[in-house]
Amino acid sequence: MHELEAVYTVWLREMIRYIRAKERIIGSLAMPIFWLLIFGSSIRASVDMQIDYTSFIAPGIIAMALMFNSIFSGITVIWDRELGFMKEMLVAPISRLSIVAGKALGGATTALIQGTFLLLLIFGIKSLSSEYFMAVRMDVLVFLVMIPMMVLIALGLVGIGIAIASSLDTLEGFGLIMNFVIMPMFFLSGALFPINNLPNWIKLVTYLDPLTYGVESLRSILIGFSSINIVLSFSAVLIFSFSTLLVGAYLFNKRS
Amino acid sequence: MAIIEVKNLTKIFNNEIRAVDDIKFEIKKGEIFGFLGPNGAGKTTTINMLCTLINPTGGRATVCRYDIIKQPDEVRKCIGLVFQDTSLDDRLTARENLELHARLYGVPKTERRKRINEVLELVELSDRANSVVRTFSGGMQRRLEIARGLIHYPKVLFLDEPTLGLDPQTRKHVWDYILRLKKEYEITIMMTTHYMEEADELCDRVAIIDHGKIIAMGTPKKLKDRLGGDTIILDIDDKDVQKVKKVFKKAKIFDSQVLLSVKNAGREIKKVLEKTKKNKIEVFEANIRKPTLNDVFLHLTGREIREETVGLREELKRRRMMRGH
Repeated sequence: MHELEAVYTVWLREMIRYIRAKERIIGSLAMPIFWLLIFGSSIRASVDMQIDYTSFIAPGIIAMALMFNSIFSGITVIWDRELGFMKEMLVAPISRLSIVAGKALGGATTALIQGTFLLLLIFGIKSLSSEYFMAVRMDVLVFLVMIPMMVLIALGLVGIGIAIASSLDTLEGFGLIMNFVIMPMFFLSGALFPINNLPNWIKLVTYLDPLTYGVESLRSILIGFSSINIVLSFSAVLIFSFSTLLVGAYLFNKRS
Repeated sequence: MAIIEVKNLTKIFNNEIRAVDDIKFEIKKGEIFGFLGPNGAGKTTTINMLCTLINPTGGRATVCRYDIIKQPDEVRKCIGLVFQDTSLDDRLTARENLELHARLYGVPKTERRKRINEVLELVELSDRANSVVRTFSGGMQRRLEIARGLIHYPKVLFLDEPTLGLDPQTRKHVWDYILRLKKEYEITIMMTTHYMEEADELCDRVAIIDHGKIIAMGTPKKLKDRLGGDTIILDIDDKDVQKVKKVFKKAKIFDSQVLLSVKNAGREIKKVLEKTKKNKIEVFEANIRKPTLNDVFLHLTGREIREETVGLREELKRRRMMRGH
């Protein structure tokens, strides 16, 4: 019982911090919006695809927002360590697992808020102008299925963040992570281009990228089109999220 | 009854650094116990072990009769902690920090508000309850941390260098709170410090630790008495040295300075001055020196405790490494 309260407390702190960091909210929303609108419509104008390109990248950009938010949330473990609050949590009569769970749920919640905002934005633009997001399926059921899917993906990505944070000593390593983990994961996930027609060696790498399955799941739900069967991609996401959380919790526990 | 019992506690880092080496002590209920020593002597490591933040390499210890290795959760529930460096969330308000702490320690919902107001009042921060901690001065943050450590009504409070980096006035303020805690809450306090006068002022008993070993333990008075009482220092004219040697047979003389060891300098200085007058020894200046804990440390180790406080940044870095953070 007390452990549930502990998870809630750690989650609550993440929420208060999130609401208070307005720059972070605006900053992390701006980037996906630029991608959606500017990148989406310019590529559509110059490349001929069977499917409307703005619709195609919509789930990819939602996945991107989830990724940036979630991994960042996981990385805040380093902040907590440097600012000292981690000690306050570590010495409290609660288990390490509760700290990880609270952190993970907190990260997933903030990611979900951003993802939902983007989804509603896409719906909004689509209803204002039929030119954008033509292939996006806009109905309540899609919305309701998108939410747990986004949570599941986000949880897996927070797990990566926590695992990274537990293996890094200082924030200086963050730039490295940005260039060697986050960006490649994003570009190789099929968020921006269909993976079917890729050269074989890149294709192989995209299949190894867990975000690929997240993007493909979201794409199946949102536009009913994807390169990977929904059952396969959903199972992959499930396994991925479960195992990264496990690894994250393990490394976190080992570290402290 | 001992509320903290430590037996042969040892911590070795990386198989070579003996941070804490086979220490043994007991703390009685209601006592303020000081852990004294230069930086890197093993004070924080000992506290971290007693707080179950790190596991000892050898030996055993109980806090509130709970074993620190086998019952860490019970130990954590009965202790409060104020760390050397701040562990507040500076984006949260004072009240929010206290609220989170109360929740983490399972303080019942109906009690929370009452206790939060109570501890805020104790450290005189009630009017800043809803300010974000980032706007607090160092002294205010330290006070808030002391308040936070009390919300769950701990039986033992650990204070790790509670006044490190504070200005003298704020330091005095923190001392007052610590003494009030003992008086009003009957909390047992274990504190570390490398400020000798702090230990002297606050602690019922102190243990002096150096290179991971306890080299002396007892009340500050007893430890100082071991040095054989006070010293009277006389500045005399060089030509009178021979006379002094005759009159004060036990005196130590350095150039024109005469050191006399006496039991109680305040009482005996009059007698000494009368003697010098009678023997026509000219005294330019007479001073009294009461022994300090620093003298005790000096006597035991041949070093000043403060000598090692240089290179604070390096020290903090090393300690962080030792803590594994």
